[in-house]
Order: sequence, then C-alpha cells, then structure tokens
Amino acid sequence: MPRRGAAALKEAPASGGASDEAPFSNDQLVDVYRKVLAARRFEERAAQAYTQAKIGGYCHLYIGQEASGAGFLSSIRLGWDYAITAYRDHVAPLFMGTPAGPLMAELYGKATGVSGGKGGSMHMYDAPRGFMGGWGIVGGQIPIAIGLAYASKYRNEDRVTLCFIGDGAAPIGAFHESLNLAGILDLPIVFIIENNAYAMGTALKYTNSRTDLHMYGEAYGMDHRAVDGMDLFAVRRCAVDVIEKARQGRPQLVESITYRFRGHSMADAGQYRTKEEVQEWRDRDPLEWLEGYLKEHGILTEDQIGHINDEVRHEMKEAVDFAENSPAPEAGALYENVYA
Amino acid sequence: MPVIQYREALRAAMREEMERDDRVCLIGEEVGGYNGAYRISEGLMDQFGRMRVLDTPIAEEGFTGMALGAAMVGLRPIVEYMTWNFSLVAYDMIINHVAKARYMSNAQFGAPMVLRGPQGGGQQLTAQHSQCVESWYMHCPGLYVVSAATPADAKGLLKSAIRNDNPVIFLEHLGLYNMKGEVPDGPDLLVPIGVADIKRPGQDVTLLTYSKMLYPALEAAKALEADEISVEVIDLRSLRPLDLDTILKSVAKTHRAVVVTEDWQPSGMARELSGLIYQHGFDDLDAPVEEVCGAPVPMPYARNLEQLAIPDVEAIKSAVHRTLARPGELAPLYR
Ligand SMILES: Cc1ncc(C[n+]2csc(CCOP(=O)(O)OP(=O)(O)O)c2C)c(N)n1
Repeated sequence: MPRRGAAALKEAPASGGASDEAPFSNDQLVDVYRKVLAARRFEERAAQAYTQAKIGGYCHLYIGQEASGAGFLSSIRLGWDYAITAYRDHVAPLFMGTPAGPLMAELYGKATGVSGGKGGSMHMYDAPRGFMGGWGIVGGQIPIAIGLAYASKYRNEDRVTLCFIGDGAAPIGAFHESLNLAGILDLPIVFIIENNAYAMGTALKYTNSRTDLHMYGEAYGMDHRAVDGMDLFAVRRCAVDVIEKARQGRPQLVESITYRFRGHSMADAGQYRTKEEVQEWRDRDPLEWLEGYLKEHGILTEDQIGHINDEVRHEMKEAVDFAENSPAPEAGALYENVYA
Repeated sequence: MPVIQYREALRAAMREEMERDDRVCLIGEEVGGYNGAYRISEGLMDQFGRMRVLDTPIAEEGFTGMALGAAMVGLRPIVEYMTWNFSLVAYDMIINHVAKARYMSNAQFGAPMVLRGPQGGGQQLTAQHSQCVESWYMHCPGLYVVSAATPADAKGLLKSAIRNDNPVIFLEHLGLYNMKGEVPDGPDLLVPIGVADIKRPGQDVTLLTYSKMLYPALEAAKALEADEISVEVIDLRSLRPLDLDTILKSVAKTHRAVVVTEDWQPSGMARELSGLIYQHGFDDLDAPVEEVCGAPVPMPYARNLEQLAIPDVEAIKSAVHRTLARPGELAPLYR
C-alpha cells in the first residue's frame, strides 16, 4: 500500500529518509498496532459513553492523529523519558502503557481514575510512567515541559522530554518563550507541533503568520523539520532521529502534519470542514493503513488480526465495566491534595 | 546576636538551604551575573554555578512554568520576580498550573517551589511598579501566601517556605530590604508557616497587620500609649494559612480590632480579616472592625500624593480612636 505524503508536506523538507524498510521490528510493529487499535477503540467507547451522558465536561478525541503520537511515544524510553501534552490527552498514556481501566474511570469521574476523578478528560497523569499530563490551558504545558527538561539536565540524567503542542498554541507567548529558553539552555526536549489544520473551528491560515509552523524553530536557532504525521513510518524515523539529538542536548522542533477525523470536541460537529476534505484524510486512516501493512507483509494473518481485535474489544469492555462499577470519590476527597 | 539587613537575611536563607539541599535552585531575571536586581542573590551564582542560579530572559510565564516542571519532577526551585508586579505576566502559570498541579494530578506530583520578590509602594515607582498582590494570590486554593516584616522573620520564614512541599508566594517589601535587625545565627532558624506573631502585647485594641505596615502600626501603638490606649499589634506573617486562633484570642481580650494593609480595600486582605472576625468573633466585639488600607487609586508618582495613598501613623491612630469612640465605651478610655 503506498504511503502518500500529505498535500501540506509539499513545501516542507522531507523528514524520514526514503528507505522503504520498516523502522520497527515485526514485534514492535505488532505492539504498536495493538496500541493504536486500543487507542481507537478506547476513544470510540469514550464517545459512546459521552453521548450517554456518562462522561461529563469536554471530551477531545485524538482519533485520526494516532500515527503521530504512536510514532513518537514508541521511540522513547518508557518509565524514564517524559511526555506532556494539552487537553487532547487520552491516547498518550495508552501509548505509554497506562491501562485503559483507570483512564476510562477518570473520564467517568471515579475514585479509581488516574487522577482520582479530579482531573477528568483534560487532566490525565501517569507520573510513574513519565506521562506528565494533561493541561487544559492552550500553551500552558510548554513552559512546564522545559522545566522537566531543565530538571533532567540539572541532574545530568539523559532523559528526553516530548512536548506535544497544537497548531493553535503556536501564536501563544509561552510557546515562543519556551523555544527561546530551550535554545539558551540546550535542553533535551522535542517540541512536536501536531498541526491538524484547525484550532477549534478556526483554520490555521487565519491564526498564524506563517503556516509552515516548524519554521518558528528557525527564529530560535533550533533544529526543525516537518513530518507527515499520518505516516507512522515517517514519524518513527523522524522520532528516533530527533530524540537522539535532543538527548544530546540539542532541542528539536517537529511539525507533525496530521488531522483529527472528528470535531474539536464531542460538542463540535465540525461544520467548518468540507466532507471532501475530511474524506481525503480519512482515506489515510493510520489504523487501516497499519492493518493493511501487517497483512501485506505477512507479519500478521487475517486470523491473528481478528484475534487481536477481539482481545482489544474485550479489554475496552473491561475498562468500561471497571469505570462503571468503580465508586465515585468519597466526599472527603474534596479537600484532599489541595496542599501537601 | 548579629545585626543584618533584611536582604542579607533572605540571602542567608537561600544560601543555607542551597548548601543543605542540592535540589534547591534559584531562577529569575538578573539573579546570577548581575547579583540580583535588589542584590538579594549576591554571590550565589559564584558559589553554586549558572545552572543552579539561573539567569532567565524576560519571560515570566516561561520561567515560572519551567520552575513548575522542574518542581514536579523533584527540584525545589525558588523563582525570583524582579518585583511582584511582573508576576502578573505569569498569572496564568501560577493560578492555573502551579496552584492546581497537585490537586489535578491527585498528588502524583506536587509543586514544591517558592515564588518570591518585592512588592509595595513608597519609592515613587508609580502605578505599575508598586502594587500589592496578596489578595490576588490569597484567593486561590493550592497556594500559601506569607510575608515577613523583620530580618529574622525573613530568614526563618524563607527557609520554612523552601522546605515546604507546597508552592509558597513569599512577599517581600521593597521598602524593607535595607532594614537592619537582629537575626539569630546558624542554619536552624525556622519560622513556621501559619503562625502569627504578637509583636507588641496590649489590652484595648487588636491591630492586625503584616509586612511593612507593621512599622507605622507599631509607631501608632507607641503614640497611643500617651493617651493610655494599649494596642496589641499582631504581625500575621502568614496570610494563607492564617493563624485565626491568635487573632480571635486577641479580639476576645481587647474587644476591638483594626486591620492595616497597604493593599486595596475592596475584596482585599483587610475585608477578609474583618469578615473573619465578624463571623467568628462577633460576640466579642464592642465596636465595628476598622480597616485602614491603601487609597483605591493606581499609585501616583508625586511624593506627596504617594504618601497620601499609603496608610500612615495618623490614619492608624484615628482608626484606633474610632473603635474606642463607641457610645458607652467612651468614658473609661477617654478619661
Ligand atoms: C488560553 C486558552 N484560550 C482558549 C482556550 C479554548 N480552547 C481550547 S482548545 C482550543 C483550540 C486549540 O487548538 P490546537 O492548539 O490546534 O489543538 P488541537 O485542538 O488541534 O489539538 C481553544 C481555543 C483554552 N483552553 N486556553
């Protein structure tokens, strides 16, 4: 199956190298497939529960963008490196090994949720696995990310921080302050702008002085490049390379060009996009592509894929059951953890 | 006991804590090579190096968030704002992120950090460089707010703040940096957060204040002695958590209270304190609580206008008199 570059990539420098060789071992690929599948099914279940009013608040789904997250998060050292993102945060912890149950329970506002029911959709955390959240103010996670990287450098630890950023955050002052600081301090950090072309309903061209967002790195003397964020292999090649450079203290800026298949949140029907546009990107569904690749290259049979699908479906059902059957936080929890 | 400046006391606190704990670092504008805009951090970069005493660009939001990230994974940063006025550029980072990190993550991590710097008027620095920020930070759960008035308290409170596992807003006053006072020597001086200090005992009126306003308050109390009015002056030191016990015990004894703050009155610290006294000490009161606050204007430049905008000894004395001038109460004390 051909891996087409996004139209938007035309003017951007290529990232990955042209080799057709998969940048994963077969075992790794099967593992990534399982995680992408789990992420997709998790969020579909979340969407369902949301429409049943079992999940409250906002609910921002990552569906469509999975190749971007999976490519980067499969390339760090789990339990050692850090990742941090904004409010579209259900999937990153899944890629980092957080079980689905406590994530679903958090969406349900249960005591067993990853944040004890105090964070909800936008504030997931799994500190032991290095997932540092989950932050609801656009751009707020970016200065925090450089703090994670500063701590690593301070202690001479070769940890890398991956900081995921939406295209809507690029005009924010904190983004520019952070790039500058990372540049001054030579921090071990990779900034990943996941450019899905819209900040809520507003297209990039209306909000950004330039739409090739990785070029902001140029202003801060930082290595920068764009990558086709729908192409798992391209992302992976890019990730391995930039993470290595960041580990050596060269901050990196990557623009991962991707697309969310759904609206900004569950409350958004996405009327500002044409059917044709959405369809064009849906044709590049990373989950379908990966499944096709695994079959075509004889890595998994139809049967094995079916089996994995059954397992994941079962796992997600268990996650939902766990969430539904978990207790709400005790009233006493209201006052817990405001202060140490 | 050695007599040192308030600024030296702060420096000693930071130096001792950095020597004691290598997770403690200092982050801010001009804290390193320049030795601190107000020379609080003088010599620290030479001693601890550029990574631990970090000169930042003028990017309050960026470096405040950076300190938070570092605190979340185990450092104990001190952030110095050149003055608190500029912390407002980082207000989102402090209110939305620093204050809430522990709660939202259900204590998967905290934000053990101290945010410190000078505030206040009196130096003709005008509206954008003279504001008192305590009420803006007091309001938000997750933050502690403390303010030292004497060199000894400055050292002891700052050391406690650095060792505290919560984000602590540590308010200094520009007008106190040169003040000298006795400070016990040695690294063990800790003033606990949440404990007020009765700086002068008295019988007739309780005067609540903190930071630089302590001094006109003490002066007023001394002057009122001549009128045979005995004023108990309480230096709150810690605004959140607040030592309500000490306040209420004092009011139960004196039956009258005056609150003196440099910050503005509406929704301010004085309103908060008088509200608490009405709520918890109503039966003990013989007079309405008086509030003496900064004039509700952006701080003017002209020397005379600026002085009119900041509470002075006369204003405090009149407020004390007003609490005593209640019908029926007038006779014994105005004999
Ligand atoms: C400072 C701030 N302003 C506005 C919002 C409301 N808001 C939430 S998400 C969003 C769009 C951000 O889009 P983008 O950064 O591209 O991320 P994406 O949703 O595409 O992942 C807006 C305006 C906010 N959360 N924070």
